[in-house]
Amino acid sequence: MPINYYLFLSLALFTIGMVGVLTRRNAIIIFMCIELMLNAVNLLLVAFSKMHHLKNLALNASVGTDGQLFVFFIMVVAAAEVSVGLAIIVMMYRNIHSVDIQFLNRLKH
Amino acid sequence: MTPYIFWFLSVWALFSALMMVTSRNPVYSVLWLISTFFAISGHYILLNAQFLAVVNIIVYAGAIMVLFLFVIMLMNLNKETEPQKNRWLKLVGALAGGCLLLVLVAALTDAELKSQQAMVGAGSIGLIKVLGKELFTRYVVPFEISSLLFLSAMVGAAVIGKKEITHQNS
Repeated sequence: MPINYYLFLSLALFTIGMVGVLTRRNAIIIFMCIELMLNAVNLLLVAFSKMHHLKNLALNASVGTDGQLFVFFIMVVAAAEVSVGLAIIVMMYRNIHSVDIQFLNRLKH
Repeated sequence: MTPYIFWFLSVWALFSALMMVTSRNPVYSVLWLISTFFAISGHYILLNAQFLAVVNIIVYAGAIMVLFLFVIMLMNLNKETEPQKNRWLKLVGALAGGCLLLVLVAALTDAELKSQQAMVGAGSIGLIKVLGKELFTRYVVPFEISSLLFLSAMVGAAVIGKKEITHQNS
């Protein structure tokens, strides 16, 4: 497949995630939209690694593994991030009995 | 055959992502996001990145989304309690996202990459054997550091999540 298609698919997914972050007020949904954005980037990294592999196949048979390992590390970091982030959201719910980010305005003061 | 699968998976992913953003009920949002992850895993399989496809299903759809679902059910969130932004803010948010997409697409349509192809359905770099060998030789230090990251995340989640004793007594 042309790499362009993957590029635009990933851009569209990333943008949908960003629109979700901008338009929703539920903290959990915003967090899920961030996961979607991470996934869009992962997809693009894999597509680029396969492009790189096809281009430099003659030089080195295992060229392009770096991109896929990068995706693996992104998943690892995302898993760690989700555990801490959800703990923070649960604590926030315990304190203000809502997951509405509008109530977090008071963090400014 | 491959282009049809590609378009099918792409439409599936985009539709699920849109439904995820627009659903009123948070539980439906989680289910749509899981559907998106399955579509993205399908893309990985199409690109012959089998290890990442399996890890995506297990880690994202299996572990992370179940965690989200648990938290949503724990808080008893539903359609009625869902906070809503007013219409203008939503419109402005969608407009800003659309502008970002427009700018990025316009900037990238005539990039050098146009003639490049992604290898589909072939190539062995996505197989577990190759990736594992690479992970435990050249990338062994980042791998070990990521275990430390997990440990700190675990401790952090436990510390943040535990009830404060002084608060409980008062």
